[in-house]
Amino acid sequence: MNILDIAVRLSWRLLSSTKIDVDIKVGYTSDLLSDVMGNAPAESVFITIQAHKNTVAVASLAGLSAILLCSNRQAPQDMIAAADQEGIPIYQTEENQFWASYHLGKLLNLH
Amino acid sequence: MTNFTLDSSPSVVLELTLRLKIRDVMTTELILAEKKDSLRHIQQLMKHNRITGVPIVEGKRLVGMVSVDDIIQALDGGYIDDPCDHHMSRQLIVLEDDMPLSLGISFFEKYHFGRFPVLNKDNELVGIVTSRDILTSLLMEMNKEMEHLEEKLAPQKEVPPECWSREFTLHKFDFEHAGSASGTIKKEIKDKGLDPKNLRRIAVASYEMEMNLIVHSLGGTLKVEHTPERTILEATDVGPGIEDVDKAMTEGWSTANDWIRSLGFGAGMGLPNIKRVSDEFFIQSQVGKGTLVRSIIYHPPEKEVTHEHS
Repeated sequence: MNILDIAVRLSWRLLSSTKIDVDIKVGYTSDLLSDVMGNAPAESVFITIQAHKNTVAVASLAGLSAILLCSNRQAPQDMIAAADQEGIPIYQTEENQFWASYHLGKLLNLH
Repeated sequence: MTNFTLDSSPSVVLELTLRLKIRDVMTTELILAEKKDSLRHIQQLMKHNRITGVPIVEGKRLVGMVSVDDIIQALDGGYIDDPCDHHMSRQLIVLEDDMPLSLGISFFEKYHFGRFPVLNKDNELVGIVTSRDILTSLLMEMNKEMEHLEEKLAPQKEVPPECWSREFTLHKFDFEHAGSASGTIKKEIKDKGLDPKNLRRIAVASYEMEMNLIVHSLGGTLKVEHTPERTILEATDVGPGIEDVDKAMTEGWSTANDWIRSLGFGAGMGLPNIKRVSDEFFIQSQVGKGTLVRSIIYHPPEKEVTHEHS
């Protein structure tokens, strides 16, 4: 499903300025950057509470499509600037990592 | 000043902010007060010493800060003769004396305080840093640096367009620029037209090497040498060395401290990740000397038709 549709359906707020039209098949939930670097499938959504600039670096290097910050974590200004530069959208949700992952999985019909 | 160009000057300043530690720029002659001291007493301290913030201590422990703003509010609220205990700021943002200056500068941008107290490894107050301290020491260092600048600028060698090599200098705890070396490596090699799978393997290996240098080493270099046949990545550092390399190669084993883990690093997956994506992997380490990690990734010749979906 298209990330823009997902964001609307799950009420994710866009924090950065990049709006990209990309198909999302799966997500990867983790707060450990090396874990994401080694294991996250490319073109997935990176679901995390790790709100800093290095999160963007990892997403970009690992070829991930978007970052979802859970539990209403705020993105610092330098993180948003990095995301805009790398063309990776940052979304925010009030849900924690468990519920955000659950609702994305359910929406994508993943079993 | 024959070889000096404007292009090279920002990197020199950057280099300085990374090389200098907070302890190199902080003021160590501290004007301090205790919790029982009145705000009026602190106001006098500020006036006599021409300062705008006073750390409140218990022994060598920092317990609070009183700023000019707090004094103004006390005058306004009529409690200037109270002990500072109940009116000082207790939620403090502090710097560590071992952090690179670049991190200190980013703190001033981020938090808009006029000064930051500096603690050592044992959490004792050892200094205070103002933006003025930073500016002064930076200017002094830049003066010295300018004199050596010309010698540093060596002529660059010609390389064939399909090959690329570069050496990056990395500094301990420089989280501000973390990922920028591997980002550059990925972009440069991507431009050479490489299969996305191998590009990602290079990205993983170079990122983990970069982070290892920043998180665990005392500083070092990341070297990349790319040809159409293979990419060699090599991380060398000047210490402290790995005590037990077998343990370090075990997933989940890490020596990272709490504040590094809170940033999402120190998962204990760095070296295993590098090994997994490498065709050839080599590690050698000696305590007190340093560590060398080398990863080679081969690029298979392009297939005629590929039906594989990645």
